[in-house]
Amino acid sequence: MKAAVIVFPGSNCDRDLAMAFEQAGMSVERVWHKDTALPKVDLVGIPGGFSFGDYLRCGAIAANAPICNAVRAHAEAGGYVLGVCNGFQVLTETGLLPGALLRNAGLKYICRTVDLRVETADSAYTESYGAGTEIALPIAHHDGNYFADDATLDRLEGEGLVAFRYLQNPNGSARDIAGILSPNRRVLGMMPHPERASEAAHGNEDGARLFAHTAEALAAA
Amino acid sequence: MQEPAITEELIEAHGIKPEEYAEILRILNRPPSFTELGIFSAMWNEHCSYKSSKIHLKKLPTSGPQVICGPGENAGVVDIGDGQAVVFKMESHNHPSYIEPYQGAATGVGGILRDVFTMGARPIAAMNALSFGEKDHPKTRQLVHGVVEGVGGYGNAFGVPTVGGEVRFHAAYNGNCLVNAFAAGLARTDQIFYSAASGVGRPVVYLGAKTGRDGVGGATMASAEFDESIEEKRPTVQVGDPFTEKRLMEACLELMQTGAVVSIQDMGAAGLTCSAVEMGDKGGLGIRLDLEKVPQRETAMTAYEMMLSESQERMLMVLDPAREAEAKAVFDKWDLDFAIVGETIAEDRFLILHHGEVKADVPLSRLSSSAPEYDRPWEPVEPPAPLEDVPQVDPVDALKWLLQCPNCASRAWIYEQYDSQVMADTVRIPGFGAGVIRVHGTDKKLAFTSDVTPRYVQANPVEGGKQAVAEAFRNLCAVGAKPLATTDNLNFGNPEKPQIMGQFVGALDGIGQACTALDMPIVSGNVSLYNETDGQAILPTPTIGAVGLIGAEEEPILGLARAGHVALLVGGEGTHLGQSALLAEVFNREEGDAPPVDLDEEAKNGAFIRDNRDWIKCCTDLSDGGLALAAFEMAAASGVGVQIDSSDTAQLFGEDQGRYLIACNFDAAEALMIAAGQAGVTIATVGRFTGEAVRFGRSEAPLEELVETWQGALAAAFA
Repeated sequence: MKAAVIVFPGSNCDRDLAMAFEQAGMSVERVWHKDTALPKVDLVGIPGGFSFGDYLRCGAIAANAPICNAVRAHAEAGGYVLGVCNGFQVLTETGLLPGALLRNAGLKYICRTVDLRVETADSAYTESYGAGTEIALPIAHHDGNYFADDATLDRLEGEGLVAFRYLQNPNGSARDIAGILSPNRRVLGMMPHPERASEAAHGNEDGARLFAHTAEALAAA
Repeated sequence: MQEPAITEELIEAHGIKPEEYAEILRILNRPPSFTELGIFSAMWNEHCSYKSSKIHLKKLPTSGPQVICGPGENAGVVDIGDGQAVVFKMESHNHPSYIEPYQGAATGVGGILRDVFTMGARPIAAMNALSFGEKDHPKTRQLVHGVVEGVGGYGNAFGVPTVGGEVRFHAAYNGNCLVNAFAAGLARTDQIFYSAASGVGRPVVYLGAKTGRDGVGGATMASAEFDESIEEKRPTVQVGDPFTEKRLMEACLELMQTGAVVSIQDMGAAGLTCSAVEMGDKGGLGIRLDLEKVPQRETAMTAYEMMLSESQERMLMVLDPAREAEAKAVFDKWDLDFAIVGETIAEDRFLILHHGEVKADVPLSRLSSSAPEYDRPWEPVEPPAPLEDVPQVDPVDALKWLLQCPNCASRAWIYEQYDSQVMADTVRIPGFGAGVIRVHGTDKKLAFTSDVTPRYVQANPVEGGKQAVAEAFRNLCAVGAKPLATTDNLNFGNPEKPQIMGQFVGALDGIGQACTALDMPIVSGNVSLYNETDGQAILPTPTIGAVGLIGAEEEPILGLARAGHVALLVGGEGTHLGQSALLAEVFNREEGDAPPVDLDEEAKNGAFIRDNRDWIKCCTDLSDGGLALAAFEMAAASGVGVQIDSSDTAQLFGEDQGRYLIACNFDAAEALMIAAGQAGVTIATVGRFTGEAVRFGRSEAPLEELVETWQGALAAAFA
């Protein structure tokens, strides 16, 4: 199975995400933001970092990069997209996921490992954890405070599209939301970094299952 | 535009002394132009010329089989085997950070990262050592918030993990905070890039961000004492753009891969002037620059402004002329400016033209070789009398007091504002001894630490200098790393005062002795003098940054204490309370002599820890707060209580050197006792890890309560 990792000039977790994909057995191609087409892939990863310095608004300039038209088309055709941290911010800015990521409630950047609950097993990304499982993943962001209007939040919860919730909300996110899925459950945006907890050397392998199972599920599909 | 006439006031305003001006007249055989005066001022200020420190720095040990490149380049280069090298340096950004904390600290981080990737190394780790005034001083809070956010804002966006550092608070820094930034990068030993230009008629290329008026005269500002007029100096602080720096790094590393780069130098202090002179001087060549070709952010900039601008995220490169198009394509890809602004010339000239008009024409080699060098008078610091009346305390009460002091509290509130895991190679985040990073794609690991205890250096510069290196050595050994080499960031007051110069000379003597004895040569460094406000000097603060290697076959020592573990003390029992944290923080007394450092003992005990790594699952060195604080921190990290048998103040809080605390099971403890006997190392069981309390003798408190105090203290003080 094949994956692409999009590289914006200020991406800094592109290598990390590509490594995690590769360790899960995917073949990975990194795709430059100025490109207008994606190679033929099953999964597109949008990595963490500061895509365009986070100037204007996190992810806002990136969402208008040439490659994002192709990412949108890929998602609309039923393709899989995983956005981590800045990647989640880009996904909300492209409109592929609802809501927005605001500045953390405490106004400070936070880098720490946090406890999460997997809220749904109904996605290729979360199936192996099982709903209700508690895992720990690192977060590292200044703007991870998830916001959406109540109607949207009700819909996300009603349709089971909340993927992860914080057990102790670190950033003020509405309803403790740490990650959400698209209605077809193929686009996942999440603030925590599973790629930083994906091998023994990290001292935490809770993220490895996300990649391993996604690779398996997509290969079977 | 009419340039200002060269008057005595103008010369003085440039920080040039009358005898230095006389030397300029001798070199030129005529009065300098305004631009030339600026160039001399930039090259001859303390910050760039090291004129007060040079003769003493020469005495430091800088070589060894592991050293590929010692001081003098952008950063030091050290061999880590398999054709790989670690490239590192530490540098201060003290004055700018005091004037404009966010940007000052941010550009300090930017500058040190640039030093590292200029040499062809991708930055893989950062640290920062911060010294602030006392907690309740009206400026401290603003500085803490600004500096920490600036460090994080730059490093986080650039994408380098911050894996360690130091933070201290002391009244001596009320008017002059210190921001020392460290960065390390990874390179191939056959792909190290240097600044020496070579070949005549080769293009001198300007890369990166455009030049503006920010930072004009910054290096001269950094070489002066402060007074109440500092607010007027805010415009001399540069503004950082980590997004541009990130692109500049990627573009430089990509271009270096192509083989088109002959030499490269980043534009840091004194910008275009310093970088061009450096490249020409080291290569024995002259440089001609045509300033109208310099990419400019503002209109109507003069030659003087362009030569002295300290705009950030800029590089100067000498390029293989045949590869120009290739190089330009790389920079276009990253949307960065690329301009040929001059060429290398055979004559010894620094020739600056602006629209064809000669703005400066100076013998280039004289700019650095004729820079003044002073053997400033100095007075040795008399060691203080040993501490006479030693206080007795209830040990757990004393511990509680220490834990809520900003100097001993958990640093989490600060380091959680830094990304410590980007690049996904972080093995140990900050908070408990040295930070550890895996060398990407291998099983080797590098450990990083930054240490100094300024109150020791103040009391006894020689022992304090030794101690800074010894503590760095211990922090590396405690994670199982072999200490490799050192970078020093020497922060002192006004060197024109013999007492300050005495601190400097003494500390350097101690640092030199320790680096020699512990085989940790100094490979790079930075001197920051004139850290004074209204005549009040900071504590002498020679920050030591050090790097150690854990081999691919070796296990790092990263474990936690478990219930039932024995607490073993390596090194003698605590006796020395002079200049201790207990005395300073609990009794507000900075008295007595610094603890003496026995370098042979340090080397022996460090080797013992490394050699017995298979038995030692959990280890920390003893420093501020002695055995008591070490035992508490080990308990806090693992969530298991600790009982130390002794309740003696000196045994618990003494800061004798050369010591480690180990947690291990009984079998391991027995094996370690035997090994210690054979190695001639002092070792003793001092207690055990068990229960849910911290207990010293018969005095105790719940661990959870202590941890809460310790973790919340910095936030309580500053959040």
